[in-house]
Amino acid sequence: METIKRQNIKVIKNIDELFTLIDISLNRNISFHHHLRNGDYVLNHVLSKYKKENIKGINLFPSAIFPSYNMILELIKNDQINDITTNYINGPTAEYITKHGLPGKLKMQTHGGRARSIIEGKNKIDIAFIAAPYVNKFGDAVGYLGKNKCGSLGYCIPDSIYAKIKVLVTDNLVDNLIENPEINGENIDYILLIDEIGDTMGIVSGTTEITKNPIGVKIAKNTSLLLKELGLIKDNFSFQSGAGGVSLRVTKDLKDIMIKENIKASFFSGGITGYHVEMLEEGLVEKLYDVQCFDLEAIESLSRNEFHIPISASEYANPANENQVIKDLDIVILGATEIDYDFNVNVTTDSHQTLIGGSGGHSDTATEAKVSVIVSPLMRGRIPVIKERVTTITTLGKNIDCLVTERGIAINPLRKDLIKKLKDTKLKVYSINELANIAYNFTNIPKDIIKHDKIIGEVEDRTYKIIDNIYQK
Amino acid sequence: MKTSAGSLESSDCLITVSDSSELKIVIESVVLEQFGDQIREVIIQTLSDHNINKIHVQCLDKGALDYTIKSRLETALKRRGENLE
Repeated sequence: METIKRQNIKVIKNIDELFTLIDISLNRNISFHHHLRNGDYVLNHVLSKYKKENIKGINLFPSAIFPSYNMILELIKNDQINDITTNYINGPTAEYITKHGLPGKLKMQTHGGRARSIIEGKNKIDIAFIAAPYVNKFGDAVGYLGKNKCGSLGYCIPDSIYAKIKVLVTDNLVDNLIENPEINGENIDYILLIDEIGDTMGIVSGTTEITKNPIGVKIAKNTSLLLKELGLIKDNFSFQSGAGGVSLRVTKDLKDIMIKENIKASFFSGGITGYHVEMLEEGLVEKLYDVQCFDLEAIESLSRNEFHIPISASEYANPANENQVIKDLDIVILGATEIDYDFNVNVTTDSHQTLIGGSGGHSDTATEAKVSVIVSPLMRGRIPVIKERVTTITTLGKNIDCLVTERGIAINPLRKDLIKKLKDTKLKVYSINELANIAYNFTNIPKDIIKHDKIIGEVEDRTYKIIDNIYQK
Repeated sequence: MKTSAGSLESSDCLITVSDSSELKIVIESVVLEQFGDQIREVIIQTLSDHNINKIHVQCLDKGALDYTIKSRLETALKRRGENLE
């Protein structure tokens, strides 16, 4: 038997020791991933050191910013951060940046665009701090094992290859070999051992429950009927939906149709939940391509299901990668805080102009999928989802095909093929302006309150094109 | 006397009316910037329809539509014994 000689990676016991080996002041472009979501401890742990050393001019590249990442806000208030480049931002940091901006700027990328920028050297990262739940002494790592497992490590794979210095941060170092590691130890420079990288329970943030709200149920029903009439629910179809209550309800309705009509899907991609796993294990779908786990059932499944496959952000959605998974995607179900008469969608800010999210894979999947469907209530509280112009463009209207609400459906006029297929439909299909007027009849037209005085950031599409500015509130 | 109707659920409003020697309307709303004027107008119109001009109205709004605001206000008024025709 041939044995390949592997090199042990230097293990460091605390962060102060790490920075005796690396000059902290020369390494101010730093990245993190968000797979531990609101349960992550690594980002705050590392940034505490940057705070203690009072390092100025930091440029941050976290794949997302969650409410618990409070050290970012502390560093901003301490005037230590210059630019932030991320894909999603929510919570107190988002609210603060909305009001005050940054000394530099906030750049909002997509998941695929971030991967591409790192691989092509546009996002220059000095140190990638990679929370890694299960690491061996050779620096190989997976995310779906260990005491604080988080599932797929998809978003940090480009960082683990292309950053100047790559540091795995773990609380679970083993001696054994790891089969098919997500992170390849040959790329890794240091292993930083800490007590706890996070709390697995914090991964399940927000709702990953199927909605029981009658409006949500109606929207999901309209969506599955639409997909069926468009002839998209057939053998080998592929599908992606988020973990929102309505999206999951659509998934459930599709499941019912698939069982009834004996249809088997080829793959589901993106963020994976227990509901997707259930369908894999019931033989309704062949493969799950998992870039992020949304709940504990999904994490557990990765170690028992061969065809539940963790993929990197580049394999998922890098537009320069001709094998990106979403290129083969038939249907994607997405949300919106706002959509406008040109079908531009906003999931970056709310209608009060506060940062509340970001593209994630929204623009990536909307661009690549054969049919992209926005599901949303026609009104939330008193705010109609349709506006003349969205507050912030997250995804360009040319990439959005359908809007499904509880009171009707609108098809993008660019999709003449879809409109033709719905010629004799009994579904309520309107123009988006007609649908907007239905909402305005209930709510009246909201007063425009958006300020455009000071630019604090920009939305960069996966094409590298800046598609909108973000303004100070 | 202080009477109320409604709730603080999303898309509802909680309206409380009480004695006053003048017309006083206080509005707190999650959509105050977009619809504050509209909400005030509905309240003024509803009071005027019932010839009421000396009252204190507090409206805590969670994005209610006009007819919700109107009916919550009318119910609060009925609860203080106003005879609304």
